[in-house]
Amino acid sequence: MKITDETITYVAALAKLDLSEEEKDRAKTDLENIISYMDTMNEIDTSNVEPMSHAFPMKNVFREDVVTNGADRENLLCNAPVQKEGCFIVPKTVE
Amino acid sequence: MVMTESKLQEGTPMTALALSAKIKAGKVKVEDVVRQQLEVIKKEDATYHCYITVWEEEALKRAREVQAEIDAGQYADSPLAGVPIAIKDNICTKGQRTTCASKMLENFRPPYNAEVIDRLEAAGAVILGKVNMDEFAMGSTTETSYFGITKNPHGVEYVPGGSSGGAAAAVAAGEAVVALGSDTGGSIRQPSSFCGVTGIKPTYGTVSRYGLIAYASSLDQIGPIGNTVADCASVLEVIAGHDAKDSTSVPTESYSYTSALVNDVKGKKIGIPKGYLGKGLEEEVKTAILRAAKVLEEQGAIVEEFDLDIVDLAIPAYYVLASAEASSNLSRYDGVKYGYRTPDFESLQELYKKTRSEGFGQEVKRRMMIGAFVLSSGYYDAYYNKALRVKALIKEGFDRAFEKYDVILGPTAPTTALKIGENLADPLKMYLGDIYTVSVNLAGLPAISLPCGKDSKGLPIGLQLIGKPFGDKDIIQVAYTFEQNDTV
Repeated sequence: MKITDETITYVAALAKLDLSEEEKDRAKTDLENIISYMDTMNEIDTSNVEPMSHAFPMKNVFREDVVTNGADRENLLCNAPVQKEGCFIVPKTVE
Repeated sequence: MVMTESKLQEGTPMTALALSAKIKAGKVKVEDVVRQQLEVIKKEDATYHCYITVWEEEALKRAREVQAEIDAGQYADSPLAGVPIAIKDNICTKGQRTTCASKMLENFRPPYNAEVIDRLEAAGAVILGKVNMDEFAMGSTTETSYFGITKNPHGVEYVPGGSSGGAAAAVAAGEAVVALGSDTGGSIRQPSSFCGVTGIKPTYGTVSRYGLIAYASSLDQIGPIGNTVADCASVLEVIAGHDAKDSTSVPTESYSYTSALVNDVKGKKIGIPKGYLGKGLEEEVKTAILRAAKVLEEQGAIVEEFDLDIVDLAIPAYYVLASAEASSNLSRYDGVKYGYRTPDFESLQELYKKTRSEGFGQEVKRRMMIGAFVLSSGYYDAYYNKALRVKALIKEGFDRAFEKYDVILGPTAPTTALKIGENLADPLKMYLGDIYTVSVNLAGLPAISLPCGKDSKGLPIGLQLIGKPFGDKDIIQVAYTFEQNDTV
């Protein structure tokens, strides 16, 4: 699998990363090696196999819609990089 | 110098069980035990750097509390009363920083405890601090930590393995009696192997993941690292159990893992996958593994080799799935709610991108990009769905094997500990070292790594025993029997 500059720009955008030119070059080499290695999965025919998300059968776990953990606002906000009057501060998002 | 032996009681292995019994018999005070343990950390950690944060004051305060509770008759049934324990730094501790060995979470103080922390505290264990790891548990050497590398107590020029390298090295260096690690693709077993200690990756769903900072949620599982099988079984018994806060927690009939500490393997069927003894495996490791199998055979186990399919394809499938889940899980680090925020930005997009680019290290960025790639439209079927299909085949292969065998035996890693820096430049080479461990996580199985000798460099070799789903007791019993009868 050949990884192009466009692919690197695209996956960096998907992962919300800003890469330096040096990082982009490195990522290109690394991803090419790693993705090519992942292509070895094609050695095996899986056309009759269903994709398996969980190794054991899992079913949805329901509970009553009751709040049990309280609104611990002060505690939750204490890790915010910037906060004001009980809210997270973010840059303007709507023009 | 034998590093696996106790610094507290020179010459004899320091076990949690013996220590707790001594404490409960009133022969030693919890505070003295913890104080001595902190002194060992002060002395040894300058060399090995196992800890990111040492809880000096908190541990002594807690030691006094636990002592008072023991004196009042509490913890009569607890195997961990007063026992000092180290915690991998991706397990949340309320009000105490939990960094994941990342700049992103350098100052993160969780508002709650992980379920396992509450359970340890309820059993009277004393937390010594938080130990080093690969950043966000991504790595097999503990070299990707933002806080610097940890060194192997069996040789300072070697890595301790990873990602739970700090936890395994702390136990090996006597800087903790037991520790908690986490295992997504071998992160408890491989460092246990490299550091000459014992570690258990429980069946998926046995231990609550509530408060474990997510790497790949369908594979992550917390487990114990200790000096003996009995210590690991005891810690597992304390931390295991159904938890409604983790929707993947599976209720099990019995959590009494210590009941499996029985020195008997008569009639047990043990299979060795031929593919686990093939190319890439160091000759000295192979010899040690076959010798271990012989020890079990002499104790009455029926040991034979068999064909386990597609061993080689576990690594690509694992890295597709783990990276995909990581790219999704780590999208939460946005510089808004908690964690690092870039000081300099104008738009919201710029805030996200600069925060993440400055806050994450190389290996984390690499896996997020691989994950974004394999999940992106056009590649989703070819990589992500393909890996889920390969996973199904791997699971089927194990299911077939467990129709014939009680336990699967093999090496934990193809080599002993690597030199520091040896694999850091080549991520693919590092990934290939996970060949014997990742399939266990894909299939959700329990597995244990325990020491089975040393190579000519004096580095420990790890024996891996894999059990069927919820067969954690089977591997504990076989491991215990090997440990009791291994005379080398």
